[in-house]
Amino acid sequence: MIAELGSFALILGLAFAIAQVGLSATARIRRSSVLAAAGEGAAVASFLGVAVAFACLVHAFVTSDFSVSNVAANSHTEKPMLYKVAGTWGSHEGSILLWCLILTGYGAAAATLGRGLPKGLKAVMVATQGALGTVFLAYTVFASSPLTRLVGDRIPVEGASLNPLLQDPALAIHPPFLYSGYVGMSVVFSLAVAALVEGRVDAAWARWVRPWALAAWSFLTIGITLGSFWAYYELGWGGWWFWDPVENASFMPWLMATALLHSAIVTEKRGALAGWSLFLALGAFTFSMLGAFLVRSGVLTSVHAFAVDPRRGVLLLIILGVTAGSGFALFAWRAPKLAPGGVFAPVSRESALVLNNILLAAATATVMLGTLYPLIREALTGEAISVGPPYFNLTFAPLMAALAIILPAGPLLAWKRGDLRGVGQRLWLAALLALGAGVLTLALVSPRKALGAAGVAIGAWLVIGAAVELIERTRVFRVSAADRWRRLTGLPRGAWGMTLAHLGLGIFVLGACFELGWKGEAAEALPLGGSLNVAGYHLTLETVGPREGPNYDAERALIRVSKDGKPVCTGEPDRRFYPAGGQTVSGIALCYRGFSHLYMVLGERRTTTAGTPVWLIRAYWNPWASLIFLGPVIMALGGVTSLSDRRMRLGVARRRQEQPA
Amino acid sequence: MSWLPKSPKARRRLTLIAAIAPVLALAVGLTLWGLRDSISFFYTPSQAAAAHPAAGRSVQLGGMVRMGSVAKYPDGRVEFVVADRTATDKVVFQGDLPDLFREGQGVVAVGAFRDDGVFEAKQVLAKHDEKYMPRELTKALKAQGEWRGDGSTPDYAKAQPTT
Repeated sequence: MIAELGSFALILGLAFAIAQVGLSATARIRRSSVLAAAGEGAAVASFLGVAVAFACLVHAFVTSDFSVSNVAANSHTEKPMLYKVAGTWGSHEGSILLWCLILTGYGAAAATLGRGLPKGLKAVMVATQGALGTVFLAYTVFASSPLTRLVGDRIPVEGASLNPLLQDPALAIHPPFLYSGYVGMSVVFSLAVAALVEGRVDAAWARWVRPWALAAWSFLTIGITLGSFWAYYELGWGGWWFWDPVENASFMPWLMATALLHSAIVTEKRGALAGWSLFLALGAFTFSMLGAFLVRSGVLTSVHAFAVDPRRGVLLLIILGVTAGSGFALFAWRAPKLAPGGVFAPVSRESALVLNNILLAAATATVMLGTLYPLIREALTGEAISVGPPYFNLTFAPLMAALAIILPAGPLLAWKRGDLRGVGQRLWLAALLALGAGVLTLALVSPRKALGAAGVAIGAWLVIGAAVELIERTRVFRVSAADRWRRLTGLPRGAWGMTLAHLGLGIFVLGACFELGWKGEAAEALPLGGSLNVAGYHLTLETVGPREGPNYDAERALIRVSKDGKPVCTGEPDRRFYPAGGQTVSGIALCYRGFSHLYMVLGERRTTTAGTPVWLIRAYWNPWASLIFLGPVIMALGGVTSLSDRRMRLGVARRRQEQPA
Repeated sequence: MSWLPKSPKARRRLTLIAAIAPVLALAVGLTLWGLRDSISFFYTPSQAAAAHPAAGRSVQLGGMVRMGSVAKYPDGRVEFVVADRTATDKVVFQGDLPDLFREGQGVVAVGAFRDDGVFEAKQVLAKHDEKYMPRELTKALKAQGEWRGDGSTPDYAKAQPTT
């Protein structure tokens, strides 16, 4: 009964989305505020319909209703509650429903929150958002129904369970965050389409785009970080980024959104780069959809391929083609008619932000090329190839290094016409300190690695640069102690947000370079009491015993870690066997040493010729690995801080005063 | 700088081009260089026999794990035979096999051939999903007419009598 109610609510949601398009589009043509309000109402109703459908699917998962085929294929009665709920978006159908829920949710939010927008712009935005909702809801209803019932004796007594690798807290919340990021770009896309239809892109438009772009960017940052952290400790490979197509798919929209956040500042403050900002706004959502297509269709071989269905890939490709195609066609038609923006000198903050955008766009292009090259090559020559991490390290890293080197100078440059000498005066100490950090790393850390030390210098440059920016903005060292606090708290949240985001990037770079440069690895087959050494740590396999989990049986090892004869910590990695899917998964153990991790994996049991059992133990030393995950969290925090800035709301309020009702 | 164009708009365009050109050159150069050196080809054993990739060149080897060919040694070394219809290759791998590694099923090994023709795998492709099969492998098997749906074992991957 509840599943039928859900299906019905989903169809109702689709109907309301279609109504939303019709009403809002007519409202724009006839300039009718009554119809516009009706269109906004339809947006909210569409969201409510999808929300009911989603709640019904969650209910089916929580109560283990195996008459619903999706639940039967992805759930199990013995699964812990968190993973029953997370199972809702663990399958193709469920994840697309989550996508629709968030899409209509953003649509409803944009319809209700955007009160200060000009009526025409808003009507077109709501209509576009409705069109996106219609396309994805139609796909869900007709091609990927999540609430299909099984009939009669095909209903299983027990479900097939969720893939054990997905039964993890980080991955349970990873899809909602990632999708909130992907789909948040839809509002940005709709606003861009509306601006093109209205033929006006000005400072006000950029100000409306920024909060949505910021929110989506922050969600995406957290989503990617959660995914990376999951891969780090769940896969047991000791790495956190593999340049896998699925990872790249989430990274490309992030790069585009980052570029958009920066170009929108130029459009907001100086009215320049309007066309480019529009292009990025369209591009960010296009890359989000490309990501969904790449991940869901399985056209590229990925190690993280879940819930893949090639037949549906074609449909998703059509949706991608039609949506992005119409957006960019509109852009090609209307963008040349946009009024040109303000003029700026080659040395100015605008120029720095343009350079930022050029580098980010080039980086996106190289990642895209590397990701899609196997497809292109196979279509042209029929050879199957794969593009590995060396390609990405070679192309992506230098571009990002260039970006990092110019970054601290950007915020110190004045708008319109900057003064390079002044920036030099403010930054020479920071540059010296950063160089010092690099040289110190080269001298003190063994083995000596020039590239790693250069990376550390760049990371330090970013961190110190962020601090210099804050100091210069508040002139905190030139005023009295009482004034300092006032100045720091008086700083707009937007400024704090930027400083935090740049600081987070610096911390990430420090962690990533340290980890990549100086990680250690050891693997050995150990009998009980045997030991191995990694990065100065001495690991002894004490015992291996059975352990019972909620829905798995495990073999657990106790590893004692010591350094220079002194005990440091113990690790308890295990190997879990899930009877429901017949799958074995390793649970790693982490021993935290400051920001660094000692990472331990228990492997297969083998028997020596003498008959004694041995276990393959792998251990990784990942120095400063915590910073890799801490950095992006600080970046996202910067995004949220910036989002809470009063200017984001004041802009809207000021607009309202200008337009008497 | 008198050689610069007079109008501010043209000047801006010029500076923009001056900024984009080096980045573009850098990106294109790196991309071409990267694509030349760091792509790895996918071969089944018979394709590898025909293409004969240089020893030490990073490639991917895909095929079926022959039944009964897997030998695990206490020092962590694993040896197995990857087969397609007409050829086989011996693979050695140091480490832990992925959880879904099974005899008689498809596998993709990433690594390089040694001088003696043995394939030394750096990584044996892990699959997250029991139903998932690397796409290149599915395609190669289909091309050889050996595709029988997921999970079935072709005859050549069955245990062979030792000669």
